[in-house]
Amino acid sequence: MNNATALKTGLWKQFVPYLERTSKWWYILFGIFFLGFIFGLVGLYTQITEGHIVTGMRDNVVWGMYIVNFIFFMGLSYAGALISGVLHLFRSEWRGPIIRMAELTTIFALLIGPCFILFCIGRLDRLHYLIMFPRIQSPITWDVIAISTDIIGCIIFLYLSFIEDFAKLRDRTEARFSGWRKKMYRILALGYTGTREQKKHLHWARNVMAAMIIAIAIIVYSVLAWIFGVTLQPGWHSTIFGPYFVIAAVYSGTGLLIILMALYRKIYHLEAYITKGHFVKIGVLLLIIAAFYGYFTFSDYLTKWYGSAKMDKVLIDKLFTEFYFVFIFSNYIGILLPMIIMAIPGLRTIRNITLAAIVAVVGLWFNRYLIVIPTLETPYLPIQDIRMAWIHYSPTWVEWALFIAGVSVFSMLMMLASKLVPIISVSEMETVEEEIALKEKNVQSAKA
Amino acid sequence: MKCMITLKIIPKDNNMEDKSNSRRQFLKLGAGAGAFALAGLTAGKLLSAGQENNANSGKKIKVLTTDGRVLEVDESQLADPSLDVVVDKDSSHLGIENRKFVMVIDLAKCKNARACVEACVEGHHLPSDHEWIKVYLLQNSEREAPYWFPRPCFHCDNPMCVSVCPVGATYKRTDGIVLVDNERCIGCKFCMTGCPYSARVFHWNDPPELHETAPYSPETTFPHKEGTVGKCVFCADLLRKNELPRCVTACPMGVIYFGDIVEDTVTNGMETVRFSELIRDRAGYRHLESLGTEPSVYYLPAVNRQFPYERGFDGLDPKQKERYENTAAYKINPLLKHE
Repeated sequence: MNNATALKTGLWKQFVPYLERTSKWWYILFGIFFLGFIFGLVGLYTQITEGHIVTGMRDNVVWGMYIVNFIFFMGLSYAGALISGVLHLFRSEWRGPIIRMAELTTIFALLIGPCFILFCIGRLDRLHYLIMFPRIQSPITWDVIAISTDIIGCIIFLYLSFIEDFAKLRDRTEARFSGWRKKMYRILALGYTGTREQKKHLHWARNVMAAMIIAIAIIVYSVLAWIFGVTLQPGWHSTIFGPYFVIAAVYSGTGLLIILMALYRKIYHLEAYITKGHFVKIGVLLLIIAAFYGYFTFSDYLTKWYGSAKMDKVLIDKLFTEFYFVFIFSNYIGILLPMIIMAIPGLRTIRNITLAAIVAVVGLWFNRYLIVIPTLETPYLPIQDIRMAWIHYSPTWVEWALFIAGVSVFSMLMMLASKLVPIISVSEMETVEEEIALKEKNVQSAKA
Repeated sequence: MKCMITLKIIPKDNNMEDKSNSRRQFLKLGAGAGAFALAGLTAGKLLSAGQENNANSGKKIKVLTTDGRVLEVDESQLADPSLDVVVDKDSSHLGIENRKFVMVIDLAKCKNARACVEACVEGHHLPSDHEWIKVYLLQNSEREAPYWFPRPCFHCDNPMCVSVCPVGATYKRTDGIVLVDNERCIGCKFCMTGCPYSARVFHWNDPPELHETAPYSPETTFPHKEGTVGKCVFCADLLRKNELPRCVTACPMGVIYFGDIVEDTVTNGMETVRFSELIRDRAGYRHLESLGTEPSVYYLPAVNRQFPYERGFDGLDPKQKERYENTAAYKINPLLKHE
């Protein structure tokens, strides 16, 4: 317990300066990401004024990088949804320092992801028709329902985990916060003072939300997969797509969490809290998910290749010729490299694990690309088009600009969030300590 | 067959003075846009319009026929087919009663003359790069013979595009026609990925405005709208007037038969035959039947064909030829000149 208190006060001491003051480098980095965001706005303005003709999408490849980014960001949002939910429910003792990052990732990726769908839609001015004239037969309607439920659920889950920290920030009178901040912390803390009754209710609510978030996240990502799975297109019409997308999403989410852990550890000097042990534990999780993900990928392509229905064969041939290097990178290196690094204990250094995570996340982005683009370039009726330039898809600067903007906005939000609250959940650390203490006590009493 | 005459209106200044004559709105529009082509205006239509409006306006309009002759006709004799068949949106959702339309395409007769494509593009005022009917050069496998394959929308009875539309912008009518309401369409393009026949096209940029005041109808999908989906409508506007679709009348070989499955009759404009007998005798089939979309378009296999398929390359625009150059049927054929 002594150790726990020391950890706690140390954590506060460590974070309060970051919350109070902002360094020059923070502003510079923020400025760079802001420029990326502005670049995206320019791209979006160009697309709105000149029409979707400025994108690389045409009549065959009607869904391009926007949809790739959509499913990619939705996948990242899994970092929190599943990981924080599972870690919370199973009371993992090591969840303390990383659970907040996971939750923040979830909510930010979840807010950015659906924007890419909006960029892809031809008539943004009619977006409200989705609610005015919904047809429940359409998987897009399922998606609208699922994603909006997910966003609301995640916001509630995240907020519940923040209440205790908001109350603590409100009560820290010695910290030099400006007036509006104090006021904000007071309002957001909802009058929480940490009574036994309040603690019990909050704990119960968080458990319920954690369980619900896991279920909702699985549904959301399955629905997303069914947008592809229900069509008749070669490569998409697959029963495995629902679970395959879910596991891929968890994979990318876990990878991103490792990257963020490494970044925050370095920037905020959290070596004492986020230890190598954390990296190894979550790295092993990555290994297990990689094994599942690799198994699903193999299973999907094997059945397509072995049965060799004509269009599947054309598609597989295309993947191994035109898209050869992308395919090797995403579906071999992107799965095997993280597995090898994690499987050999000697290779499990923080740097290697972070490298494995980067490869996993980037590889997964290309995996999404390979799911969307080659299928659309392989319709049942061969593309015999008057416009040769329309046959093959390549993203234009507008699409890249919006991708950069998406990454920039995500980074900016992560930076802002770390200024508003400690990036390590202090209350979560406390809860973990209490749980450990309780367990020890039980063990001791059992022995006696 | 030669009933298609394209008339070009040469507007006269004195015609423009009388603005109260709203019935002749299209003339003003024509003047606004300069000389424009009225496609699909048949000689028969010209006369029948005159019978309906017996009072002559006294104004003479000069019209130009496709063979270059200039005729002077009374203003009341003219009718613009793109304007007078517009039905409101509610009616366009209902099919024509007691009808179930069907199309039969005789692959043995097609030689890629592309008259169907041109008539369709012109008749529906499609922007450049838009083709609602496409002619593919298909070859099922290496040792099988290549054939020309005109592909309109199949107006499936189990249409994937209708199932996946999130806002009900695309719908199936009782007469079998699948239409798109471009004022409802949000442009998500799910229908385009849903359609296994690539029958749909997208307005990637603002389509040129031809008739600014023409009221919109899903049966014409005109005026076209940016950011929405377009596709073959089986010429639902002409069907209302008991006329055949444009591709059917335009085809010089009589490849395309159109008709009604309730009456069990189809016609290509030259001969009228029993649908069931045609399908039975010529072994009619539907393309990619295994997908279960139940198309309303049937094909007659290219047996006893009237031309070798190489004839399809005759007189092709180099740009159009380019699209077939990647096909094996083109590459390995010694009869075709390869540049």
